[in-house]
Amino acid sequence: MILLWLIVVLIGGGILAWVVARAAPLLSRWISVVAILLDLALTLYLAVRNLNTGPWLAQTDWDWIPQFGIHFHLAMDGLSLLLVILTLFIGLLAVFVSWREITAAVGFYHFNILCILAGILGVFFSLDLFLFYFSWELMLVPMYFLILMWGREHRARAAIKFFLFTQISGLLMLIAILALYIAHYRVTGIYTFEYAELLGTPLSPLASMCIMLGFFAAFAVKLPVFPFHTWLPDACAEASTGTNMILAGLLATTAGYGMIRFLFPLFPDATRTFAPIAMILAVIGILYGAFLALSQTNLMRLLAYASISHLGFVLLGIFASNALSVQGAVMTMIAHGISTGALFLVAGLLEARTGSRELNSMSGLWDTVPRLSGAGLFFALASLGLPGMGDFIGEFLVLLGTFRGHLIFAVIAACGVLAATFYALRFVQRAFHGSNVRQLHLPDLAMREGFVLGIMIVALLWLGFYPQPVFHTFAHAANHLPALWR
Amino acid sequence: MISGYIIPSLPLLLVAGTSVVVMLAVAVRRSHSVAFGITLVGLAASFCATFFVPVRQLGILLTIDRYSLFFIGLIAAAAMAVAVLAHGYFAEREGNKEEFYILLLVATLGAMVLACSSHFVSLFLGLEVLSIGLYSLIGYLRERALPVEAGIKYLVLAASSSAFLLFGIALVYADLGTMNFSRIAQMATTGANLHYALLLPGVVLILTGIGFKLALAPFHMWTPDIYQGAPAPVTAFVATISKGGMFALLLRYFSQSRLDLFSPVLVVFSIIAIASMFAGNLLALFENNVKRILAYSSIAHMGYVLVALEVGGQAGAGAVIFYLVAYFIMTLGAFAVVTVLSPRERDADLIDDYRGLFWRRPWLALGFTAMLLSLAGIPLTVGFFGKFYIIAAGAASGAWALLLILVITSTIGLFYYLRVVVALFQKQTATEATAPTRPRTAPAATLILVLLTLVLVWLGVFPSPLLRIIQTAIHTLL
Repeated sequence: MILLWLIVVLIGGGILAWVVARAAPLLSRWISVVAILLDLALTLYLAVRNLNTGPWLAQTDWDWIPQFGIHFHLAMDGLSLLLVILTLFIGLLAVFVSWREITAAVGFYHFNILCILAGILGVFFSLDLFLFYFSWELMLVPMYFLILMWGREHRARAAIKFFLFTQISGLLMLIAILALYIAHYRVTGIYTFEYAELLGTPLSPLASMCIMLGFFAAFAVKLPVFPFHTWLPDACAEASTGTNMILAGLLATTAGYGMIRFLFPLFPDATRTFAPIAMILAVIGILYGAFLALSQTNLMRLLAYASISHLGFVLLGIFASNALSVQGAVMTMIAHGISTGALFLVAGLLEARTGSRELNSMSGLWDTVPRLSGAGLFFALASLGLPGMGDFIGEFLVLLGTFRGHLIFAVIAACGVLAATFYALRFVQRAFHGSNVRQLHLPDLAMREGFVLGIMIVALLWLGFYPQPVFHTFAHAANHLPALWR
Repeated sequence: MISGYIIPSLPLLLVAGTSVVVMLAVAVRRSHSVAFGITLVGLAASFCATFFVPVRQLGILLTIDRYSLFFIGLIAAAAMAVAVLAHGYFAEREGNKEEFYILLLVATLGAMVLACSSHFVSLFLGLEVLSIGLYSLIGYLRERALPVEAGIKYLVLAASSSAFLLFGIALVYADLGTMNFSRIAQMATTGANLHYALLLPGVVLILTGIGFKLALAPFHMWTPDIYQGAPAPVTAFVATISKGGMFALLLRYFSQSRLDLFSPVLVVFSIIAIASMFAGNLLALFENNVKRILAYSSIAHMGYVLVALEVGGQAGAGAVIFYLVAYFIMTLGAFAVVTVLSPRERDADLIDDYRGLFWRRPWLALGFTAMLLSLAGIPLTVGFFGKFYIIAAGAASGAWALLLILVITSTIGLFYYLRVVVALFQKQTATEATAPTRPRTAPAATLILVLLTLVLVWLGVFPSPLLRIIQTAIHTLL
């Protein structure tokens, strides 16, 4: 029941924020903050109370559309818990970031942000495959509006591209879900979308492979995996800062989550057969993303390509499928959500001050905005994998795990870490170092901005120095996920 | 006699009677509101009657069962919505308004007859009643060029397609000696002395006639012109009631005559479905006129429904009916927006008319967005569940190729729906001044839009009750 409340609070808060916005835009922002904080509190309460009680921290199961055997089945385990906390955290920051940036249609903006968060939570909670698809698609429309309405110049094109990519891959997943549903019916005579019952449905190798690829298509587009990544840089270049934090930081985690929760448990053999191809795509993504990030001049685009490179590690870790690498992948998802989110935030703050997203128009900013530049340096270092920060732990474990079974992939991926050094430092040098050619005098971090960045720094350091709670929570869930690793 | 024939056919008789009453009322005194009021009451009575009348076979021509009553109810409800839209629309236009309602009732009656016909004669009867009403409805604004052109176009094409239909019926009759749907199935299954050389061309010619009415490719050429030319409420009628009645008939014909036993017919259906999905979705990409976009989109939607029809069985029939209900809701909603926005001198059918609508009239824009997203099949809307139902039915029978085409074409389709949505949410610029602004709001049409949006979301989230009703309806059909 409490899981439903988590979703209802967000949607209800979104509607309320929308309704009051015309009279009081500020109130609308605060309502969003309160709704997310309330959710965060509820989640932490659940975590503290139920973490060690069993596979599921909380569950809700109702009949929804009995004619099709569709249930409204929500459940939360350790994996969902971690990602839910990340989601609410980033969501909260996205609301803070938009405080100044978003001035048009404030209520509708917050409604959309909260609806996306609700959709993401739905994805993390769904144990009914229909409900999963429903939530999966539900993230789409608000994100489309966020890009379309509060984006930059070419936003319409970017928004449509994003929508088309995700929609066609989503429909492929829908067909795959239905194929699994029908296959299960043919064997057992029961129509059900229930995750637990669909586990272990006997499938022919070919059918299993086709259905698995249907799921993979949806996850690959959302992660994004090379060569389905092209929507992300376009969208990031056009969308507002808060949107970018969700786009690159959170949507990817839903894809990683889907792979861990559904791909391996449902189709163990097909996934293993497919693993080498996925890993090849992963290392291509790591190198390609890093390589293109090197040559970008638009800051948001640079970060989007860097993000693609980092997310390659997530894919690599999941498909290397051993305990270390999968833990590393989960850690990378979380750390990447925070560090990339923070970098987008820094980029947004730079844009607000210099009025441009072009790297070429920035130079020597350290002189005028030292604190902001320092924060930028910190997150760039985190992103390039400096020990002591969350990203390092995640990518290191992925490499370690991959190294055991797939030496060659580990070696190539390690080159990607090296490349990250180049583009991260290039960003720092171009933007903050050098001489202040344009003689800019800009305001440094304001209280609220400093506070937000401070929280993110603390979070990354905490993940870097004391990652054990994350591993502990995930291990708890992983024990109940069949076939995740040999 | 009374309980035997009159009571079961009450839903039809009420509509027919209402048209006579409106005619008499007009003869006594012309009043737009009175004619509108009588129409609404008559249609509402017909709608309510569908819940109470007993099921019964009326002679050999008409079958009143749960299935036909379901469609009669749906048609009556849609006709009420069209009447409400028309009331506001014609109130500020030239010419006499009252005859519109007579024609509307007659055409509605034709669609209802189609829904309960189980015999070629009643098929033809219903079709002609519907068409003759439509000719004059489409050209109702007879002082204007576009509606008259559309009306004449429809007249010529519909008449020739009727000729195809008649010829097909004649061929089938020549071979089988019967025009009754279920008798055809008996003859076909026993297989005695069938001349496929007569029967198959006959069936295909009948499908041509039906395909024309449903605007399936390659019989779709008339659609964009008629949609564009007809007054917006009439377009809504053509898109929903006329096609809905015809599809109700096609589904009955298909299941009772067991057309699925003729494999060449299934091939023809597949080709028509694929052609419709591609033609509708691809041609819409090149349009800048919202009414024409909706016309092409309706071609594609009929293609989707045809996929479900071809799948057959319980699941297929259920998917057909559910999708038709969804299609009624979203199409009526979309045309309600067009009607509300149309200025006196023309219909608001250019994309430019909708640019920045969100910033001027946010609720109207959101309603339209909901309709467009539902047409595109996005969750939380009834269109999503309809599409899900079709894909589920197709997957159950293993029609993977058709489903893949459905997925691909509906993604193409997404593109032009989003184009309209993009226009709706565009920030206002210089076009603001030129865009038609309508100070007058249309409360009744807005109410219809609000109702439709609520139903759209409600059925999108809780489709169970409707599914139950549909299951009882198809129970009698199969």
